[in-house]
Amino acid sequence: MTPNLRPSSSGGQSEQLSTDHLLGIQDLSAEDIELIFRTADGFKEVLARPIKKVPSLRDITIANLFFENSTRTRISFELAEKRLSADVLNFSSSSSSTKKGETLIDTVNNILAMKVDMVVMRHPDPGAALFLSKHVNARIVNAGDGTHEHPTQALLDAYSIREKLQKVKGVKVLIVGDILHSRVALSNVHCLKKLGAEVMLCGPTTLMPRHAESLGVRVEHDLDKALRWCDVANMLRIQLERQGSDGISNFPSLREYAMLYGLDEERYARIGKPITIMHPGPINRGVEITSGIADHAESIILEQVENGVAVRMAVLYLLAARIPRPQ
Amino acid sequence: MQALTLVEGRAFELTLQRLCHQLIEDHGDLSGTALIGLQPRGVLFARRMKLELERIQTDTAITYGELDITFHRDDFRHRPVTAPSGTTELDFNLDGKRVVLIDDVLHTGRSIRAGLDAMLSFGRPDSVQLMVLVDRRFSRELPIQPDYVGKWVDSIDGQRVKVEWQGTDGRDRILLLTSDDREGVVPPSRSTSVDA
Repeated sequence: MTPNLRPSSSGGQSEQLSTDHLLGIQDLSAEDIELIFRTADGFKEVLARPIKKVPSLRDITIANLFFENSTRTRISFELAEKRLSADVLNFSSSSSSTKKGETLIDTVNNILAMKVDMVVMRHPDPGAALFLSKHVNARIVNAGDGTHEHPTQALLDAYSIREKLQKVKGVKVLIVGDILHSRVALSNVHCLKKLGAEVMLCGPTTLMPRHAESLGVRVEHDLDKALRWCDVANMLRIQLERQGSDGISNFPSLREYAMLYGLDEERYARIGKPITIMHPGPINRGVEITSGIADHAESIILEQVENGVAVRMAVLYLLAARIPRPQ
Repeated sequence: MQALTLVEGRAFELTLQRLCHQLIEDHGDLSGTALIGLQPRGVLFARRMKLELERIQTDTAITYGELDITFHRDDFRHRPVTAPSGTTELDFNLDGKRVVLIDDVLHTGRSIRAGLDAMLSFGRPDSVQLMVLVDRRFSRELPIQPDYVGKWVDSIDGQRVKVEWQGTDGRDRILLLTSDDREGVVPPSRSTSVDA
């Protein structure tokens, strides 16, 4: 029987994502992002119910492949999958055969041989998710590939801005910190630009990619000036594990970084207006932001974590909707 | 364009009044009753019922909620409707309540099945009843029957029943539409119909 593809007579919106995989924000249209947000609104309501589970993905199996350490993204995805009733497989690099010399494609194909429909993957190499999507028969969700993209983080950040300020278009968003090593920053820039926000990047010259302006954003090195400009400040984590990988330290000391690019209550008071504080976590308290700022009334850091589950549910649900039913 | 009006005007009003009185006859003062409208079109009927009931029983606060069933549908991956069509507003626990699910048109029964499933996320009601404005009998695909019916309609495949409301559509009426009159209609098949 052919599926009936006419729109719902009862007024439901007949829309799907334009892509089979979520590899990066670059592949999404503004309509895709709006659809993800609308769907996430529904899941946010589900997560407030006494029973926080829906049966939509009960015939879908999802493998979480984490070839790089992650706690919050992995548990956020795992919870999202379980709330959708999917079957979940977890696989992390510490226990993986890649350590024994197996290639990525072989590892993944071995897992797919067990009839897995979707793969959520974090990998240290940029482009790993794209590579996988071209070589294996499963839907791929990029949960971070090296310094390239981290699309679900950008989606949940923009969703949280939309929730707090009721809009994203026209909002002035400042991204502060280690832009050079940050996949969160890159995905955020793409996502916010697609939704019509204005974006400014701020950080020391050594942590700012050359030609950053070519992304269509402003670049500022004076944090106080940048803070006065913005409505929302997203304070990125200093990625201590990625500093000095080329033998050269990117800044003299954490203390100096905190003095110039950290946000504390005194600096916040000098802005002279309330701005929304965001942080993708995990926080180095006292470096990017002080405890007072992390727990500030204008901070939406915990809302970001909460929204992360709803947004990831929306992404998985909408991608699963494109998997054909077995005939 | 051929659209047959089945009920309108005074008859429509009387039908709503009758349903209100039937509900009060069964449920008494409605203090232990919860009315739940199903998104997207059932809520228009449910909101109207709430207003009418409040007019008749001015001293009782009516427990009322709205439920979106999108994530509980059985046709996920069969058709491309994906985003929720309405919001769920249900801020009370259903434990011990006498629930009345409200939808505008009952057809195959699949929406009601999804509604029952979605509803159970909010507790364990003492009982659940179903109120519909239109029952398209003889078209059921599941063993679901309504407890309160405004109007029985016998229709054939390819026909569609639409309920219009004063507040959203300009007037209160029940229409019977035939597929030839509608643009973009897929050849009729009961199992793929999306009415109720």
